[in-house]
Amino acid sequence: MIRIISAGPLLAGTLLLAAAAFAQQPTAPTSSAPAAAPALPPGSPLIGRPENNEAAAKLAPVAPPPLATAADKIQVDQLKAPKGFNIELYASGMPNARSLALGDKGTVFVGSRLQDKVYAIVNKNGKREVKVLVSGLYRPNGLAFKNGTLYIAELSQISKIDNVEDKLDSSPKPTVIYSDLPKDEAHGWKFLAIGPDNRLYFNVGAPCNICMPPPTNAQLRNIATDGSDAQVIARGIRQVVGMDFNPASKVLYFTENQRDWLSEDEPQDKLNRLLNPGKDNFGFPYCDGGNIEDPQFGWGHSCSEFTKPVTQLGPHTAPLGMRFYTGHMFPAKYHDAIFIARHGSWNKSNKIGGDIYVVYLNKDGTVKSQETLITGFIQNNNYIGRPADVMNMPDGSMLISDDFNGAVYRVTYGIKTAAER
Amino acid sequence: MRKFFLAIAIGCFTLLPAFAQTVKQRIPACLDCHGENGQSQNPDVPSLGAQQPFYVTVQLLMFREHMRVADSMNDATRGLSDDDLRNLADAVSNLPPPRPPDGPVDEARIERGSALVGQNHCNFCHTPSFTGQQNVPRIADQREDYLIKALRGYKDNSRHGYDGTMAETLASVTDEQILDLAYYIARVK
Repeated sequence: MIRIISAGPLLAGTLLLAAAAFAQQPTAPTSSAPAAAPALPPGSPLIGRPENNEAAAKLAPVAPPPLATAADKIQVDQLKAPKGFNIELYASGMPNARSLALGDKGTVFVGSRLQDKVYAIVNKNGKREVKVLVSGLYRPNGLAFKNGTLYIAELSQISKIDNVEDKLDSSPKPTVIYSDLPKDEAHGWKFLAIGPDNRLYFNVGAPCNICMPPPTNAQLRNIATDGSDAQVIARGIRQVVGMDFNPASKVLYFTENQRDWLSEDEPQDKLNRLLNPGKDNFGFPYCDGGNIEDPQFGWGHSCSEFTKPVTQLGPHTAPLGMRFYTGHMFPAKYHDAIFIARHGSWNKSNKIGGDIYVVYLNKDGTVKSQETLITGFIQNNNYIGRPADVMNMPDGSMLISDDFNGAVYRVTYGIKTAAER
Repeated sequence: MRKFFLAIAIGCFTLLPAFAQTVKQRIPACLDCHGENGQSQNPDVPSLGAQQPFYVTVQLLMFREHMRVADSMNDATRGLSDDDLRNLADAVSNLPPPRPPDGPVDEARIERGSALVGQNHCNFCHTPSFTGQQNVPRIADQREDYLIKALRGYKDNSRHGYDGTMAETLASVTDEQILDLAYYIARVK
C-alpha cells in the first residue's frame, strides 16, 4: 500500500482511498488526471493482462541473467535426451547467446539480443576459444553467413562484414546495407536467414503483444545481399525468431510466437510454411494460433481467411530457432526433420517448452508427427537454461545456444562426451 | 551550477582506487558519490539502498560494456570482473532503503502522479510498493531529480534499457507528466 510522507492524516487517508481505487481499476481516469494516457503503452507485454487476478499478476517475461554462467555451474547433466544422444558444453562465457551462424572455416558466430556483441567461437591450436567479434551493436540478434560474409541484423538495420574469418582478431567494423526498418523495441529484434535464392530473409515483428500493426510491421521481408530490392514476402505475422528452408522443396518454414494473455492454454504457437511468397497472410491480429478468432480483433473475421500453420507447437512455448537436420550422425528418422529450440513459456503458470522439439514432415511438406527430444531446461518450474537456436555442424552434430546461461551445447549421437571418455 | 555538479562527479571518482580488490574496499568509493548508506545527497546521482541486485548487476555490466554511457560510471567499472559486479550488486542491495525528502508536499502533484502511475501501470512491474523485482529497479523514494533524468533518458532513447520496456512505456508520456511521476515516486513508501 502506498503511504504519503509528510502529508496530513486527512490527506493521507484520501490518497489511500484513491490509491485503493486505482489498484482495482487502474485505467479509470480521474478529474485531476492530466490528459488521458493510453491504458498501457503499445509495446507493453502487459496489454491484455486480466485485472485483479493474482496468478496472472505473478507472470512477467523472464529476465535473462546479464552475466554468463561459469562453465562449471552450467547443469548440462540435467538435460535429458533419448538413448544414444549425448549433450556436452561446447562453449560458454557469451552472455545472452542467441542466434548461431557457421563460417566456411569453422567459426561459430553467436548473436545476442540484450547485449551489444557478436561473439565468435574459434578453434585455436586444437582449443576452443570465445572472442568478441563486434561490440557496440544494438540488439544484434540475427546472423547469417554466406561466401565469406557475415550478415548481422540489429534492431533496425542490417550490416555485413566481408571476409569475416580473416578478420577475427582485428575488430572488424560492419558495413550497413539496409536500414529502412521501424525502430520499435517490442519484437524489434530479428532473425536472419539466407535463402537458396541468395537473398536475406528477416522478420519485422508486431510492435506489441496484440494490436493493429502499422503497414511496416508484422511481416517477413527479403532483400538482396547488397541491401537493395526489399520485398515483403508474407504478412499477418506476430513475431518470428527462427526460419529455415526445406532442403528438398526449398520452401521457407518459420516458427511464429502467438499472443499472450488469452489464456493459460491458448493460443498455440505455430510452425508455418510460405507456399505463396508475397501473397500469404498468416492471420495476425485477427486469428490466433491458426484456429481462434482474436477476442478483440477477430470480430467479423474467420481463421479460414488466412494461411493455416502446418502444425501447432504448444501454448506460450516460444519456439525460436529452427533448422532442418541435414546431417547423418543422428539416426535416419531425424534426417530432414525440423529441430526447434522452444525457448519456454513465461505467460503460463506452469512453464512448458524449454526444450528441443522435433517435427517430422511428409514428402509433400505437411507434418507427419512431432515430439520433444531434449528436455530438462525447466526444473521445479524454473529455468536452468533456455534454448534459443539450433544449428547443423558439418560432422552431423548439432549446436544449441542458451541465452539464459550464455552458452552453446553440442549434441552428438553414438559418441561419448569428453566426461564419459 | 553545471560546473558544480561536474566538480562533484570528478571529485568522487578520482578517489576510486583503480586496483581495489574487494567489495569492502570498493564500496566506500561508491558511497562518496552515492551517499552515506547509499542515500545520495548529490543532484542527478541515484540512491542505491535496497536496490534489486539483479538490476544493479545489469547496470554495472552496461556501464562496463559502455552500453550505458556515463563517464564516471564507465570509468568506475572498467576492468571489473563478472564476480566483482555480482558482489557489488549484493552489497548495494543490503544497504538500507532511501528516505523520502522532508518538507511540505504539493497535494495536487501527488494526486496527478498517483493517477499517472495507475494509467501507465508502473506498479505492475515495479510492484505496488515500487520496490521492484529482478531487473526492474526499486524506484520508491529515489531522488526526484534522478527519476526525472532517468525517465527523460528512456524517453529520448539517450539511455538504453537492458530491454526496451521503458522506452516503449515512456513513448506516450509527456515531459510534464514525467515531472509529476517523479515527484510522486520520490515520496512514496
